[in-house]
Amino acid sequence: MVPDSPSGPIRVLIAKPGLDGHDRGAKVVARALRDAGMEVIYAGLRQTPEEIVESAVEEDVDLIGLSILSGAHMALIPRVLALLKRRKARRIRVFAGGIIPDEDAKRLSRLGVRAIFGPGASLDDIVAAARRLARPGRT
Amino acid sequence: MTRGGTAALPPEARAVLAGDRAALARLITRTENDDPTVDPILRALYPRTGRAAVVGLTGPLGVGKSSVLNRLVGHLRTEGVRVGVVAVDPSSPFSGGSILGDRIRLDRAAGDDGVFFRSMAARGHAGGVARATREVVRLLDAFGMQVVFVETVGSGQSDVEVHSVASTSVVIVVPHLGDEVQSMKAGLFEVADVFCVNKSDLPGADVAARYLTELAQLGAHGAAWVPRVVQTSATQGTGLPELWAAVRAHEDYLDAHDLRRSDERRRLSLEIQDLVRERVDRRLSEAWTRDPELRRLLDEVVARREDPHSAADRVVRRTGLRS
Ligand SMILES: Nc1nc2c(ncn2[C@@H]2O[C@H](COP(=O)(O)OP(=O)(O)O)[C@@H](O)[C@H]2O)c(=O)[nH]1
Ligand SMILES: [Mg+2]
Repeated sequence: MVPDSPSGPIRVLIAKPGLDGHDRGAKVVARALRDAGMEVIYAGLRQTPEEIVESAVEEDVDLIGLSILSGAHMALIPRVLALLKRRKARRIRVFAGGIIPDEDAKRLSRLGVRAIFGPGASLDDIVAAARRLARPGRT
Repeated sequence: MTRGGTAALPPEARAVLAGDRAALARLITRTENDDPTVDPILRALYPRTGRAAVVGLTGPLGVGKSSVLNRLVGHLRTEGVRVGVVAVDPSSPFSGGSILGDRIRLDRAAGDDGVFFRSMAARGHAGGVARATREVVRLLDAFGMQVVFVETVGSGQSDVEVHSVASTSVVIVVPHLGDEVQSMKAGLFEVADVFCVNKSDLPGADVAARYLTELAQLGAHGAAWVPRVVQTSATQGTGLPELWAAVRAHEDYLDAHDLRRSDERRRLSLEIQDLVRERVDRRLSEAWTRDPELRRLLDEVVARREDPHSAADRVVRRTGLRS
């Protein structure tokens, strides 16, 4: 019923859930996405999954990028996905970055995380993935 | 919550009036993107707007606009007031992208749906707000927010357009602004209804406040409203009730002197003129690229057989920009 208006810039929420302290990586990714023409809502540190999902809905983002270094990813990311489902906002796609072991990455992919980037991922790859995820069907 | 029935309204308008946050968010995006299909929705909602107090927060980058805003929202929520926020940040002139960071300062109670916060990129618009800010404020107003805050870009003295959106404008400064205050006198100081000296936990706040008070009295030219000066510390949480009281005092002043209506009239008059200009511009550039007759006319001017002024008159007649 509500037509999409894919003409506008891609909007991305970058958030860092959990209690670990620094957000350098998240900021670098935010800048790369901005430099690719996207509007990046930077929500900052120590966000709860509830806050992240509410922010994503209010900001009407296409994507949520979660940066996690604390090892709490298996608690936090599935919670974000579940809340998106509950808010009927599953069109908002989730990608994650941080130190996430392979097995966990597999499980998260099965749960619906669209892309996972390790500490060595290139910014170009992240930008390309964000484009592809936000505007599926286009190149 | 609504005036009159809603059955005849477009479904998106009905969803907004029914408190659907996702529908509101989506509609804001479409408005920002100039999606022409939102026009009938905005038209349907317009009669239900004009009730919110719109408060502008402006001042240079880093003075604490977002932090003060967060505290004001907290203060108003304890009084049960429903609050909307539009926080504008600059867009990159190179990529067109933007990092919208005002949300970092927001900490609201979990599950509180009495607040709706939206970040907005200026998308190249000058004046401290985005082109769609006015319309987005209206959507928050229709949504039932009683106070709507607009945080401007923060590029200092050029953020004067907040005045064309807000009924009360708060200009935020910090102690030891010195030269900056001097250079701000020109633009921002003329739009201030309230001055807020934030970071008053730092030394020099009293001096700054005294200086601003003198400046406000000088600038008031014997007018009935003399801008109030308030000191706050957003980090320590002091002075916020006083700041809100100063905003309320200005809102009461508008009502007492019957200025609300005339101010609104002035703002709408400017808005309509802006919209006409946009339409004329669009029509002209369309005709200019499409109409072969206009290209021939240009050839004539280049060949000196026609002068630019007569050509312009003919363009105006031909494109129907004049009846
Ligand atoms: N000392 C002090 N620092 C503050 C105060 N308010 C904000 N800040 C700090 O000033 C910086 C900029 O604040 P922010 O609200 O983002 O400013 P904005 O750019 O005007 O929106 C942050 O580091 C805040 O923590 C205050 O009252 N006192
Ligand atoms: Mg800010």
